[in-house]
Amino acid sequence: MSLQSARQSSFLARFLADPADPIFRSLAFAAATMLLVTLGGLIIALIIGGWPALSKFGLSFLFTNSWNPVTEVYGAAGPIVGTLITALLSLAIALPIAVCVSVFLTQYCPKVIAQPISTAIELLAGIPSIVYGMWGLFVFAPWFAKTVQLPILTNLDPESFWGKLLSGVPNGANIFTASIVLAIMILPYMAAVFRELFRSIPPHVREAAFGLGCTSFEVVGSVLIPYVKKGMIGVVMLGFGRALGETMAVTFIIGNSHRFPDSLFASGSTLASTIANEFNEAQGLHLASLIGLGLVLFLITFIVLAIARTLLSSQRY
Amino acid sequence: MDRALRRKLLNQAFVVVCTGAALIALAALALIMFSLFTKGMGGVDVMLFTADTPAPDSPGGLRNAIVGSIMMCSVAMLIAVVIGVLAGTWLAEIGGSSPYGHVVRFLNDVLLSAPSILIGLFVYWWVVVPMGGFSGWAGAIALGILATPIVTRTTEDILNLQPNALREAGMALGASQWVTVKSIIWRAAGAGMLTGGLLGFARISGETAPLLFTALNNQFLSFDMSKPFASLPGAIYPFAMSPYDTWNTLAWAGALLITLAVLGVNILGRWLARDKDHK
Repeated sequence: MSLQSARQSSFLARFLADPADPIFRSLAFAAATMLLVTLGGLIIALIIGGWPALSKFGLSFLFTNSWNPVTEVYGAAGPIVGTLITALLSLAIALPIAVCVSVFLTQYCPKVIAQPISTAIELLAGIPSIVYGMWGLFVFAPWFAKTVQLPILTNLDPESFWGKLLSGVPNGANIFTASIVLAIMILPYMAAVFRELFRSIPPHVREAAFGLGCTSFEVVGSVLIPYVKKGMIGVVMLGFGRALGETMAVTFIIGNSHRFPDSLFASGSTLASTIANEFNEAQGLHLASLIGLGLVLFLITFIVLAIARTLLSSQRY
Repeated sequence: MDRALRRKLLNQAFVVVCTGAALIALAALALIMFSLFTKGMGGVDVMLFTADTPAPDSPGGLRNAIVGSIMMCSVAMLIAVVIGVLAGTWLAEIGGSSPYGHVVRFLNDVLLSAPSILIGLFVYWWVVVPMGGFSGWAGAIALGILATPIVTRTTEDILNLQPNALREAGMALGASQWVTVKSIIWRAAGAGMLTGGLLGFARISGETAPLLFTALNNQFLSFDMSKPFASLPGAIYPFAMSPYDTWNTLAWAGALLITLAVLGVNILGRWLARDKDHK
């Protein structure tokens, strides 16, 4: 990179020396600019496309919950809350497990099996989300409905706090199961990156802590995790961003109803699942409202990803 | 309780919890792979590769979807490699340390993890609407936009790893920057750049969301990318959601095919990258 400044010479001099050189530099610059144009074009498309809905409903688009293609009244509160709940819940499930898995792999697991397990986890992070969605729909949801939802439904007083929180049709397609499938999906990714972070810690830091007489729990909790805290928060935000924008894993299993989510075991919808489900049948104001949902999703994920990238600065994940 | 004992017990509890969590996580992931293989293998036969997607309750395969996926991903990778390699080279060799370079790098990172369905909306608005209909080209463009940031990122990282002595050698010979990059830097970084391309390919081959309203789907074998176009994820999604057993079986077989392809490409990419590291 230090050589970049050494390359300062005039366009004409470059052209005379090698005509291909300025062409190459311009093309490379244009390619870099294409990335900028893509993001700009995305924002413009979402604003123009969603404008009919946004201008008609104003702020009530964000805070009301009606989704009625017949009367043409649209409010995004249901999908917005559904998106936030599923993403937060999946993060709450996946984060502790991912930390435990990475600690296990870097501290306790014998080296001989740690390497193959780590590779397997990294490979699983690349499995398409549609596979997780299908597993959720065909395997996990029926099992969950039978072994968890039904007993709860028959044994809990429906008027109690827990009864209300866990009420719903026992078909396994609900916000809670969607969150679990999401958690399983982001788990390998987060565990793999946490492991990389732990491995980036110089060994003498760990050795010094052990030398002071710390137990391994104290080494991990008081030394290693604080050492990579910033990077870990960044990775958590990236995982959160993934959970927010995930479409297929959720669409399969969340039940896709536009009710405002009032119970964990009730079907719901997210911003991405609503768009995926309805886009091809939508017209006019309905279409504009769906693009408006896209704009909301973009704003939320952009903020989350911007924070993540700032925290991770130059690290690549 | 004695403090030392408490610390010791706490530590042992922590080890047990960590090991348990690791086992649960691995079991869950193994369970998914197990379902995928048992349910997917049932649908894998010769028909899968020789017949097109069928009507409900009649035999068929996924030939049109496989062909469609391969064609769209190839075009997408062509787009992604051309733009991604040039943009990554610009960031590493030309303007990456300028303020504009920092902006581009930051936005590339944001695009890298942006929800894929938004890329679908982008292409719908700027390609599908102006062109007057869903098409394979639109699908390929959407996938290309998804793969470009990955290729850009890996290209920049790999080029930054090349020693400056290589660049100085090029300059000392009086070569222009283009010749230096083309004949020295790209050649030295070749294996790493190929890995970046493979990772991008692995990422897009399973993408479903951006294809739903760009390429749509096509029940028949078609090579005309200006029409609605079949793809494996595009066929799996409606088949899995349908109540017909024959369609569900095909969906599982398709999901298995995609997963094997993604795993294969990922392993190939790793193998190439490792080869490079150990030299």
